[in-house]
Amino acid sequence: MQTGVVVTRIMSTVAEKILAKASNVERLEPGEFVVAHVDFVFAHDGTAPLMIDAVQEFGVENLKLAEKSALFIDHAAPSPSVQSSILHKKMREFAVKNNIKLFEVGEGVCHQVVMDYGLAKPGDVVVGADSHTTLHGAVGAFAVGVGSTDAAFALATGKLWFKVPESIRITLRGKLGLGVFAKDIALALLRMLGTDGANYMAIEYHDELLPKLTQASKATISNLSAEMGAKVGIFPVRPFTPDKEAKYSKEIELECDSLEPLIAKPPLPSNVVPVTDVEGLEVNEVFIGSCTNGRLEDLEIAAKILNGKKVKKGVRCIIIPASRMVYEKALEVGIMEILVKAGCTIGPPTCGPCVGAHMGLLGPGELALSTANRNFTGRMGDPTAKIFLASPATAAATAIEGRIADPRKYLRD
Amino acid sequence: MIRGRVIKLGDNINTDLVIAGRYKFRSVTIEDMAKHIFEDLDPTLASKIKPGDIIVAGRNFGCGSSREQAPRVMVAAGISAVVAKSFARIFFRNAINVGLPAVTVDEKFVDSVLDGDTLEIDLEKSIVKNLTNKMETAFKPFPQQLLEILGSGGLIPYVRKKGTLI
Repeated sequence: MQTGVVVTRIMSTVAEKILAKASNVERLEPGEFVVAHVDFVFAHDGTAPLMIDAVQEFGVENLKLAEKSALFIDHAAPSPSVQSSILHKKMREFAVKNNIKLFEVGEGVCHQVVMDYGLAKPGDVVVGADSHTTLHGAVGAFAVGVGSTDAAFALATGKLWFKVPESIRITLRGKLGLGVFAKDIALALLRMLGTDGANYMAIEYHDELLPKLTQASKATISNLSAEMGAKVGIFPVRPFTPDKEAKYSKEIELECDSLEPLIAKPPLPSNVVPVTDVEGLEVNEVFIGSCTNGRLEDLEIAAKILNGKKVKKGVRCIIIPASRMVYEKALEVGIMEILVKAGCTIGPPTCGPCVGAHMGLLGPGELALSTANRNFTGRMGDPTAKIFLASPATAAATAIEGRIADPRKYLRD
Repeated sequence: MIRGRVIKLGDNINTDLVIAGRYKFRSVTIEDMAKHIFEDLDPTLASKIKPGDIIVAGRNFGCGSSREQAPRVMVAAGISAVVAKSFARIFFRNAINVGLPAVTVDEKFVDSVLDGDTLEIDLEKSIVKNLTNKMETAFKPFPQQLLEILGSGGLIPYVRKKGTLI
């Protein structure tokens, strides 16, 4: 580099900063197209089989990003059908042949495993063949969900094209009230933005809450950014922080003091109302788990509410730790024992019923309360079943009563 | 030039509605899955789709899961293009990558289209015509490279033709 060059003032959002670094330019503006270097790429059993086909059809032998990639068997794990087993076999063979790390059945949901092992880092460009890849914005990465062919391209070349997104700045302020959690913050944002309010955009979150959000809570919010249509949902981590005069297409300040427990009614995650509006609706199934809310703090609050109590007769309460690491920690601190004694059914770490693959699919006309991310028609089984989305606390209170319940009464003591 | 009969759908048609997750893990081939296309939206739709049909939809088409199976089953079912008020970002990328034209047009045009109308799409000239009600609208032109990818039938055939990935 020359000395004495005039230093131009660069005012960038976090998304612009990370993409500029990854494409070796000083500054980028929204709308520009770049080919960026990818730091980490991954796919799972729902998307990897097509990715493997694409790699083979591209006709590439040497996969540039093999060392910085991973495959996960998590969507239908253990396999519920011969067809799934065939796809899993294909993944294992591809992983061995190309020397790619494969996380086996039982290791957990891809996003949680990436988090547990620290595979996504601040300032990284992470490409995941899964829409909820936005979760890794929680550690300050530019983490974007793509389809199988794009993932294959990134794996083969180490690069991918992007359109530089506009950014929305969301500042979270105040103190969360009793029974209000990260899930409720995300639902409040979904109510405000709708399912396409951040389409093609980067969300930049600024946590000014007291106390600050935990890493697990940030993950819940970054994860649900996908439901707002966002390309990424980043909590900035130094040195990848925005410049003071960065330009945003929208700035939102969310006062969290006044939030109450929220719930998304079917068939859209943006269809959000206070839990009290639907209190008393009878449920058939409660599911606590997924990349959205299957972490230790989620199981911990569920156990706090279910401790010494019983799941209502006739209701199935399915609890699935998001990863083996989460499961082990929950065992160590006695959370699993409380949940089992309360009558919950524990599943192995997997996406499970969230994606309609297995382990708790809904029958015609049934009603479920889930801590996952989507309540689309047919998502968890029969298309006439109804799915409500809420926090693990609301889910646990609902499991006790067999009806949608406000968690606050179980937390006052 | 693409010409086809319209199948009209609404807003927020997510990829679970295009192909339900439960079939993703019960099928090995896209052709198997395509038998269940749009099943949770309307179980009779799969049997009504004819090769060349064009989907016309509202806002946020293809939101939700990143499953590339969604545009792929549409191609397998013979759908020749999707025209919508807006597309969710992952679906848009996937559609181009598998050679399915995804065309964003103004709301007024979409609202005037009825199920069963005949549409004509000129990707080069960036114009969509409704041959039934004689309305037409221009859309933002596709960059040349995207036209070439679509013309080749997707990113894979495009790369193979070019002989190099980048």
